[in-house]
Amino acid sequence: MAFQEIKLYQTGTFVAGNRLLDPDQRSVQARTGRSNTLTSGHRACRGCGEALGARYVLDAAMRATDGRLVAVNSTGCLEVFSTPYPESSWQLPWLHSLFGNGPAVAAGVAAALKARGLDDVRVVGQAGDGGTVDIGFGCLSGMFERNDDVLFVCYDNEGYMNTGVQRSGATPPAASTANTKALGDQPGNVFGQGKSVPLIAMAHEIPYVATATVAELRDLEAKVEKAMTFRGARYLHVFVPCPLGWGADSADTIRLARLAKESGIFPVFEAEAGEVTAVSRIRRQVPVEDYLRPQRRYAHLFGDHPRPDLVARIQDRADRNIARFGLLPEGDE
Amino acid sequence: MDKPFAITLDVGTSRANKTGSWRTERAVYTNRMPPCNDACPAGEDIQSWLYEAEAGGDGYERAWRRIMDDNPFPAVMGRVCYHPCETACNRGQLDEAVGINSVERFVGDEAIRRGWTVSVDVPPTGQRVLVVGAGPSGLSAAYHLARRGHAVTIREAGPMAGGMMRFGIPRYRLSRDVLDAEVQRILDLGVELELDAKVTDLDTLRHDFDAVFLAVGAQLGRRAYIPAGSAAHVLDAVDLLRGVEEGERPLLGRRVAVYGGGNTAMDAARTARRLGASEAIVVYRRTQDRMPAHESELREAEDEGVLFKWLSTITQVDSGRLTIERMELDDSGFPQPTGELEELDADSLVLALGQETDLSLLDGVPGLVVQDGVVSVGADMMTGCPGVFAGGDMVPQERSVTVAIGHGKRAARHIDAWLSAEVPEPGVRPALATFDTLNTWYYSDAPRAHRPLLDRARRESSFDEVVLGHDEATALLEARRCLSCGNCFECDNCYGVCPDNAVIKLDQPGERYLIDLDYCKGCGICVAECPSGAIQMFPEQV
Repeated sequence: MAFQEIKLYQTGTFVAGNRLLDPDQRSVQARTGRSNTLTSGHRACRGCGEALGARYVLDAAMRATDGRLVAVNSTGCLEVFSTPYPESSWQLPWLHSLFGNGPAVAAGVAAALKARGLDDVRVVGQAGDGGTVDIGFGCLSGMFERNDDVLFVCYDNEGYMNTGVQRSGATPPAASTANTKALGDQPGNVFGQGKSVPLIAMAHEIPYVATATVAELRDLEAKVEKAMTFRGARYLHVFVPCPLGWGADSADTIRLARLAKESGIFPVFEAEAGEVTAVSRIRRQVPVEDYLRPQRRYAHLFGDHPRPDLVARIQDRADRNIARFGLLPEGDE
Repeated sequence: MDKPFAITLDVGTSRANKTGSWRTERAVYTNRMPPCNDACPAGEDIQSWLYEAEAGGDGYERAWRRIMDDNPFPAVMGRVCYHPCETACNRGQLDEAVGINSVERFVGDEAIRRGWTVSVDVPPTGQRVLVVGAGPSGLSAAYHLARRGHAVTIREAGPMAGGMMRFGIPRYRLSRDVLDAEVQRILDLGVELELDAKVTDLDTLRHDFDAVFLAVGAQLGRRAYIPAGSAAHVLDAVDLLRGVEEGERPLLGRRVAVYGGGNTAMDAARTARRLGASEAIVVYRRTQDRMPAHESELREAEDEGVLFKWLSTITQVDSGRLTIERMELDDSGFPQPTGELEELDADSLVLALGQETDLSLLDGVPGLVVQDGVVSVGADMMTGCPGVFAGGDMVPQERSVTVAIGHGKRAARHIDAWLSAEVPEPGVRPALATFDTLNTWYYSDAPRAHRPLLDRARRESSFDEVVLGHDEATALLEARRCLSCGNCFECDNCYGVCPDNAVIKLDQPGERYLIDLDYCKGCGICVAECPSGAIQMFPEQV
């Protein structure tokens, strides 16, 4: 794993802090002095995974850069709920232009800072999955290909939630959305479509690519910190459950992220220059059903007319991730 | 108009938007009852003293003081308690229960090693309490009464204080240095101890005191009629253990049979082995799973070569030989004779069939009710005679050192209230912190450390302590395996996981956290992700 394991019993690596730990061993989120880059009063739904993920990432980046940080945001939930004119929840320099041009604007900000000789000010670009995998994809690929000095973060909640829960290129198969209804003999989103932007980013052979979830805070923070040690294009893909769009209980946001990782649905790994260098192994493996059942977008797979065949196909996808990335617990391979 | 192009409003912060108004449920920090505390017969606040011990260093003394609030015998407890806390421990459902007893022993031994003491911090009340019997229950009551400022006199029939801790529990389970140190600490509070001072006429004596606590125990071995030949060597387990403690080396012969299946039977058999018996065999009328002896005692006895004969009763004792009848369990689990007889070679027979109380001192005390050989008491430990309380083995409840110590504490609380003519505040028992209230994801995998045992060879030849203590590092690790069920242990998770920054972390250690109700939307993530289940959701008043 990317972070140093805390050899302290009772709790160790998994909680945010712990009174028994030295302050410098605590996560950024456990410190009273954290930046709170995304502060209170934002209009995200109850239990929003994206709001949580954005604060995790940017607070860690602020710490890694001593507060010399600019954020560029594509259009999406994160932008809308944080900045209804004239209010802002952002406690760092923050810039928004369009849905599709986030990576390009971020690249431009990096170029401008370089031109002004402000090499120590770093740039984070951020967007939801719509702004990353679909609408901003061309700009993102360009940013990667030019190796612009930007950490681009995708908060992946698997759909266009802000506009009413439509399918994106990151929406998983069988999930029902406003335009992939749970109807017909192949209900929900179709199998065999969509894309993995982390793998596409790796194909650009940029310095650093990583995935993370809001369920493993220390892992996420370590990856942000590591990303800031590189110059050039870096990509971080953070899995952020959406209570509204997924039809899940607002209290289950972190639990669902944990189940996604523990079932193998969402592989958590790191890659440098196109090669996978580390994976977060599964700690307590669960069948995908445990992950699917609490979500209303998969309700049509269970209930009165269950579709065990589709659940099995989703399990196959998880098993493929497990085999492909070597996610089984140590000693279990 | 000095605003930039197309800007008409000043920039504001979203903190003007009080999202707390969205909330329908509110997260509240609560304390649930940890199962260990719930199960402790002495009423120890185990989760809380483990919390202190987890800090290491100065924390051990704080932990010890927390134990001492409830129980003046941490080092004794860490050896002889049958730890129902560990049976109840939620961690048992995760990997293996926390070794609470071993941590208690470490903390208790540290206190003796470093000479920690307690003091009486209240002015004398001027009231005098008589405690009859210097066993665990009497000493516990004396300790708590003394710390509340009462003048306590203990009258003990025997030559030394300790009761069954000294004359019932062999040295190999409880070192006498440890017992002496913890008894002395109680006497150092100003408790007066009169030895060899058997109370024979309580009714007269009680008028010299403002209240009385009876804790004379149960030290008469229960007899069973077994036809015995004239040369048969039959003795009582209680007498055997007491005799050994007083320095006798009773002649038991090479083969010793012990009749009974309780802890005293185990102790008698193990003592016989140490006294040189090459064979000690326990004869019990039921099966192993139905025997009342504690599992650890059974295991240790087996380790030491003690043999067992299940489903057997003794029908005849002759010199060097017993006649045994095979039993069968009937449908209700009760043993029934089968008529099949066999013989067993034994040079002596030790009876360990339970104990009874000598209640002759109570003659003439008005109102006092004796039923089935024990004294009836109310929930406040008071007998039918006002001002006379009783506890320990002489009242109807499970008999163990820990239960007796708990009785002493409870009686002291009610004696104190009775003396000041107050009704004690009823203890609040919050809902139990069951396993399903925890989020066990957050706890590290940490296998339990078991205490080392003395070499077997030395266990058969000496009365040295069998179970050894943990070193500091191991004790600390074991303490940190505690899940802190139902109670905040400051892991910062709630502060970390709130999507709305609505959990405020207070700066001073121990102050913990506050929910910022201006912004809390009531999503419940902090509740779901609290490892110990110390936050609960409650509906908002609408």
